[in-house]
Amino acid sequence: MANTAEFRTCPDTGLKFHKPAETLMKLNAVAGIVFLLIGGVLGLLMGLTRWPTVHLLDADSFYMLLTAHGVGVLIFWIIFFEIAVLYFTCTSLLNSRLAGPRWAWLSFFLMVAGSIMTMVAIFQGRSSVMMTSYVPMSAEPHFYLGLIIFAVGALIGCFVFLATLVIARAERTYGDGSIPLVTFGALTACIIAIFTIASGAIILIPTFLWKIGYINHIDPLMYRIIWWGMGHSSQQINVSAHIAVWYAVMGVVFGARPLSEKVSRMAFLLYILFLQLASAHHLLADPGIGTEWKIFNTSYAMYLAVLASMIHGLTVPGAMEAAQRKRGFNKGLFEWLRKAPWSNPTFAGVFLSILIFGFLGGISGVVMGTEQINLIIHNTLYVPGHFHATVVGGTTLAFMALTYWLMPVLFRRDVILPSLSKFQPYLFGIGMAGFSLFMMGAGTLGVPRRHWDISFSGAIFGHQYPETAYLMLGLVGISSILAVLGGGLFILQIVGSVLFGRKRGEVKGSTPLIAELVAPGVHGIGIGGISVPGTLVLALVFLTSFILYYFVNWKYLSQVWGLG
Amino acid sequence: MSYIPPAERLWWKEPIEAVELFWVAIALVWALIMFFMMPYWHVYGKQNLSSEAYRTTPEMFTKKVQAMVDQYTVRKETARDMPVVRPPAGADIYMLGRLWEWYPVLELEKGQSYRLHLSSVDWQHGFSLQPENINVQVIPGYEMVMKITPNKSGEYSVVCNEYCGIGHHQMIGKIYVK
Repeated sequence: MANTAEFRTCPDTGLKFHKPAETLMKLNAVAGIVFLLIGGVLGLLMGLTRWPTVHLLDADSFYMLLTAHGVGVLIFWIIFFEIAVLYFTCTSLLNSRLAGPRWAWLSFFLMVAGSIMTMVAIFQGRSSVMMTSYVPMSAEPHFYLGLIIFAVGALIGCFVFLATLVIARAERTYGDGSIPLVTFGALTACIIAIFTIASGAIILIPTFLWKIGYINHIDPLMYRIIWWGMGHSSQQINVSAHIAVWYAVMGVVFGARPLSEKVSRMAFLLYILFLQLASAHHLLADPGIGTEWKIFNTSYAMYLAVLASMIHGLTVPGAMEAAQRKRGFNKGLFEWLRKAPWSNPTFAGVFLSILIFGFLGGISGVVMGTEQINLIIHNTLYVPGHFHATVVGGTTLAFMALTYWLMPVLFRRDVILPSLSKFQPYLFGIGMAGFSLFMMGAGTLGVPRRHWDISFSGAIFGHQYPETAYLMLGLVGISSILAVLGGGLFILQIVGSVLFGRKRGEVKGSTPLIAELVAPGVHGIGIGGISVPGTLVLALVFLTSFILYYFVNWKYLSQVWGLG
Repeated sequence: MSYIPPAERLWWKEPIEAVELFWVAIALVWALIMFFMMPYWHVYGKQNLSSEAYRTTPEMFTKKVQAMVDQYTVRKETARDMPVVRPPAGADIYMLGRLWEWYPVLELEKGQSYRLHLSSVDWQHGFSLQPENINVQVIPGYEMVMKITPNKSGEYSVVCNEYCGIGHHQMIGKIYVK
């Protein structure tokens, strides 16, 4: 049992923090935010280069910085922050100490060393291979080595999390029942992370050996199959982690309970079983892979992982609606939503995250992951449009929202500019939603991704994309400015608050940081025996949009050349 | 509450909310519909990606492409003398991706079917037929064969949409449909 002097109890939330864990949470989150800053600045440069009238960077810089942008945010920002989330959910939520803080320190140092090594390789200019680094194109050896070292660090972090679950159970720090739903979601993320990191190691270690001359051939198709076991699965860590964050935020803002533990946990379980199959989405237009394999895997075994996401899409807002109704906002269909704290960035961020992830990221992901529809979408700008909706509008926005709540708890400081934090999530969310939507629009018109010049000046043949495509790219540029302003404001707020925010001290603040828990059960709320009718209506609106958009794309497909 | 342990220790014995059960049921039905759309389209749809592919080498593939070019070239275009090839309807036709061009230009007949062979002799490329917006991955060492049936006449561009180095954005080819 750990020494009690190593613990601090947060006066606002009553959460117990193990000091070594707290330090590591802070460090990992800060490292993540540094990469978010780098990635955001690079993102702006990308947006301004793809805007044809601005066309900011030269081709060399564009491809180099696009590689840095992808690796910096899709891998480093997200995984650093996720390690912080893992430590939070296994220590503070379980009243436990962190297992082996020294291992956690080692994990952090390896991740920092690896991430710096890879970024240095990219900025040296000879590793502009994009995040995917498809062989036979090759990067400098330390590009791969940095990623491998980073992955080993992250893997150690995962095992620290698992070991903490084991000792928390053995020491009975949280009673003798099951772990909380949020920790359960984080455990899902951790299990997927281990699968992801293993795939990364299996492909990047041989690629590194190939680059330094110990292996003479890496099959490019095999590379793609295994690399995507890392590349897409790493995004499934995000999904599990940010959905755990959604549940957590509904808990702390509304005192919400899950509608039923069983359904929400089953949905996470479906993720563990099926979500990783999504790596197949990247291989649908590849030669040499059988149709049956593609259909089974691209549908995550008959869309059971999509089913899981649709369940969370109902149960997260459903938990909120039930809690709001129990607090007295029980009138009509949407009083619970109208009377929500829209100026609280923790809530606003999560709610926008749910909308953007579901409507833009979710629907587009399933549509383009359909085996045949993929033919009219593969490698167009539609693809980054989709994943900016999921990873930026979904995950990053949810993590920002959590940070607004966690910053005062961890650092005991108030936000420096509360009036700006009210609209920050909207600026970022609307910017990202527009960005994603317009990218998808341009992709539908055939504009390729990772492409410096769609006017093909100097090429042997010309090609004229429709005017609408140029309009879309202009709107992509403008939206990227909005989103980066929103992201910059977030970083300014958080860094500013950590350094200069008014100290809260170790006493309970005047503004509560955590809502009273509502009573269990859903009796006496809702309309006509339906406990959460508003959420159900929203869910049905979602399903209708989904069905319409899905079949519109089949219609598009049916008009192109016959293929067989 | 979501961040504290479940209120009921035996949470898996709690009844499920009716709304949740209803939603799970319709979401499952929708999931199955989406799943069956894919095999359905393989039987009744006209746009499917073939699963016919062979292992090849740059030398073998280049040889086949060159044989077609030698036999069916009708004219040359651009300062680089890019051959324009007009193979007979139903023929095996070839397009090769390399840094940074699609070789050769093809001239096809509307409404006729061809067996299009695609491969790369160096890095990975992306065959992106515009404005149709048909997109296929092209991987060195693999020769994909797909049956194509152009249904409109016109000038089509083949853009590369897999990043392939500094000349990527200048890699463009043509297919004419008469």
